[in-house]
Amino acid sequence: MADLTTDFLGIKSPNPFWLASAPPTDKEYNVRRAFEAGWGGVVWKTLGSEGPPVVNVNGPRYGAIWGADRRLLGLNNIELITDRDLYTNLEEITRVKKDYPDRALIVSIMVPCDEESWKAILPLVEETGADGIELNFGCPHGMAERGMGSAVGQVPEYIQMVTEWCKKYYSKPVIVKLTPNITDIRKPAQAAKAGGADAVSLINTINSITSVNLDAMAPEPMIDGKGTHGGYCGPAVKPIAMNMVAEIARDPETHGLPISGIGGITTWRDAAEFMVLGAGNVQVCTAAMTYGFKVVQEMISGLSQWMDEKGYTATSDFIGKAVPNVTDWQYLNLNYVTKAQISQDDCIKCGRCYAACEDTSHQAIAMSADRTFTVKDEECVACNLCVNVCPVENCITMVEMAQGAVDPRTGREVGDYANWTTHPNNPSANVAAE
Amino acid sequence: MTLSPKTPGIAAGRLGAEVLAENFGDLHPPLERHEAHVAADRCYFCHDAPCMTACPTSIDIPLFIRQIATDTPEAAARTILQQNILGGMCARVCPTETLCEEVCVRETAEGKPVEIGRLQRYATDTLMAKNDHPFTRAAPTGKRVAVVGAGPAGLSAAHRLAMKGHDVVLFDARPKPGGLNEFGIASYKAPDNFAQAEVDWLLQIGGITVETGQKLGAGLTLEGLTAEYDAVFLGIGLAGVNALRCEGEDREGVEDAVDFIATLRQSDDLSTLPVGRDVVVIGGGMTAVDAAVQSKLLGAENVTIAYRRDREAMGASDFEKDLAASKGVRLLTDVRPVAVHGNGKAVEIELEYTKTEDGALVGTGETFRLKADQVFKAIGQTLEGAPEGLEITRGKITVSGPGRTTLPGVWAGGDCALGGEDLTVTAVAEGRDAAEDIHATLMG
Repeated sequence: MADLTTDFLGIKSPNPFWLASAPPTDKEYNVRRAFEAGWGGVVWKTLGSEGPPVVNVNGPRYGAIWGADRRLLGLNNIELITDRDLYTNLEEITRVKKDYPDRALIVSIMVPCDEESWKAILPLVEETGADGIELNFGCPHGMAERGMGSAVGQVPEYIQMVTEWCKKYYSKPVIVKLTPNITDIRKPAQAAKAGGADAVSLINTINSITSVNLDAMAPEPMIDGKGTHGGYCGPAVKPIAMNMVAEIARDPETHGLPISGIGGITTWRDAAEFMVLGAGNVQVCTAAMTYGFKVVQEMISGLSQWMDEKGYTATSDFIGKAVPNVTDWQYLNLNYVTKAQISQDDCIKCGRCYAACEDTSHQAIAMSADRTFTVKDEECVACNLCVNVCPVENCITMVEMAQGAVDPRTGREVGDYANWTTHPNNPSANVAAE
Repeated sequence: MTLSPKTPGIAAGRLGAEVLAENFGDLHPPLERHEAHVAADRCYFCHDAPCMTACPTSIDIPLFIRQIATDTPEAAARTILQQNILGGMCARVCPTETLCEEVCVRETAEGKPVEIGRLQRYATDTLMAKNDHPFTRAAPTGKRVAVVGAGPAGLSAAHRLAMKGHDVVLFDARPKPGGLNEFGIASYKAPDNFAQAEVDWLLQIGGITVETGQKLGAGLTLEGLTAEYDAVFLGIGLAGVNALRCEGEDREGVEDAVDFIATLRQSDDLSTLPVGRDVVVIGGGMTAVDAAVQSKLLGAENVTIAYRRDREAMGASDFEKDLAASKGVRLLTDVRPVAVHGNGKAVEIELEYTKTEDGALVGTGETFRLKADQVFKAIGQTLEGAPEGLEITRGKITVSGPGRTTLPGVWAGGDCALGGEDLTVTAVAEGRDAAEDIHATLMG
């Protein structure tokens, strides 16, 4: 069985699966049980300043969207940071870290955007013996209106400033957690790096309204007839999160900056995908909130099996391995030609490929009276929509045309690699060539 | 005295009330809302869906299932009912495994079709529970149409005609409407008096006057109807029963399966309904299975279906055959009755093995006897009391196109008319299409 041990910023954990700062990590009771269940690390739910803790709503905090059979696909929440006393949390963190020295324990922090506040809390956190801190610059609801959370994460200068304070008053690794509620994720990541961050973690939740109650005419979750935007997470956000991770991993300015990947990770495969895109480890929340702590067992066994099958002996063997293959559109090979091919043996004749192609794409699938569906190579642009709507996996595949073959759609031979930058239709191509 | 399945002869009360109630409960219990959503989600919303093509009434199945999935079962019901006004009954009795569900691509993919029948029931039950009738009548046309036979074909025709603005008089020989839905279907397929509830709901359209106890040839005449009405639709079914034509057929205990089924359907207290200890049903269709299974459920100890050809050739669907087997009914094939023995009452039936020679079924000469205190004949029904003047082809009223008989102004549909399988859903389609044609003809 592959060794899943992960070294992230010098913090060792038996596997790359950490629980993200969220309700599951709000107290000692949960965190101990999470460690017993096998989680490699925990980011303790965000601590606020000393004094009266924040209060949460006393009605529903979560909204959801579901797929078939009420499979939870997306969750949003309007919960705030910990509503328990700072010192209670600190004592518990100290005890847990002492009892679980082999697990990663990170403390998430969110205090007002002034140096005094950070200067006050950081030594207290340092005393707990926790392995590092994560700066919560991400929560998009409630705290943001008070000038914290995503209100900081949306201003790169603030990120840099606060990160600098943290590096000044805290000796261990500082992870900056980024909000996705921003137009270009590279800017806050660059700011974190400039401020001396040891790593970034992303994504925090996405601002959202998950559903609207059509009787009450108010968004859900509804509190006494009103609703507010909440932070969206779960499997539905994974594609957005992965793009942001990859953007930071391949940006020359932040390339090499350690990343803790977060966003809808539910299975070992999700985790592997984040990691090959540059995440040194992953953080999980919604999967645990949906299925309980036990899900980590599947993540561990699955990742381990995959690593064995691929011959990877350590997670470092594959972290970032897909980053070189994430490129810009303009560098994609325009002479790479594929055609859809339908396996008649596997086809169940539902006709979804036909409806999709005929109604919404390139009219490249023919349907016979006996419901045989075939691709018209002379029309097929290889858009892949038929593959995506086909209910039978691998029934429709994209077959690459060999170099030199004539594409019946264009009448042209399949040539060597050539991209948009040199394409004759590109007005800028000539300039580039000069 | 406690009776049991082993009590000899034909006797009532072989089983206790609780067991009877359980035996005759809903064969396919209704789907709960969540179950319906899970089942609906399996539908792929096929293009030009095979299920829709396979449905004799061409219900837009992918659309109604999608409407269920989006939590609008009432809209789903309208989609169903506009094609098939008896969609509620069809959801219960259609042999879906040889129609829509047989061709479901999920059947191809994983051998488990979308549960179209149960989903249809979920939709129609939801709407009917609200006692909502979603159709209204067009402006009165002043035309009057006589519909003879208040079975599926007649009800379907009457509803469509009423909807088009015609005034309809719906005649039936029996004391209540419904036809085979009411008198000819196994009890567990439509419990809780569903057939009457559905008729009552259907009649909410208005413009339909029901006249029961009115039989063609016994009071009603086709000449009289054609003279009085602008058009006539005949949905008189197959009222005759084929004879066994074997020795001892007249012995006590030899009965028509359709009568047994009708009596059972009309019974308020199943514990008063007598059934034999050793029941043999002759035949291989749905009626044979309905009679055999219900005999078993009433408490008969041994029930055998004896069919003259092989299992494949049986008219009953695979589902029905499996149902019979699962209830403990023995399926005996390639045998035919040669005599019912007994001293006045039936005691034994003598059967002969059969084989096919040069395409013809012949006896092998080898016979054997089974104990049989009750023998049900289920070897097919025949057209009975068809009016003079109508052309008959192969024992059915000749029709062309949408149910046009050889007499002007007279249409026919359902089991009495030529063409199509003898199924409820086919009868509904034929009644509907004839009504459309009557409307087009009358309105010229």
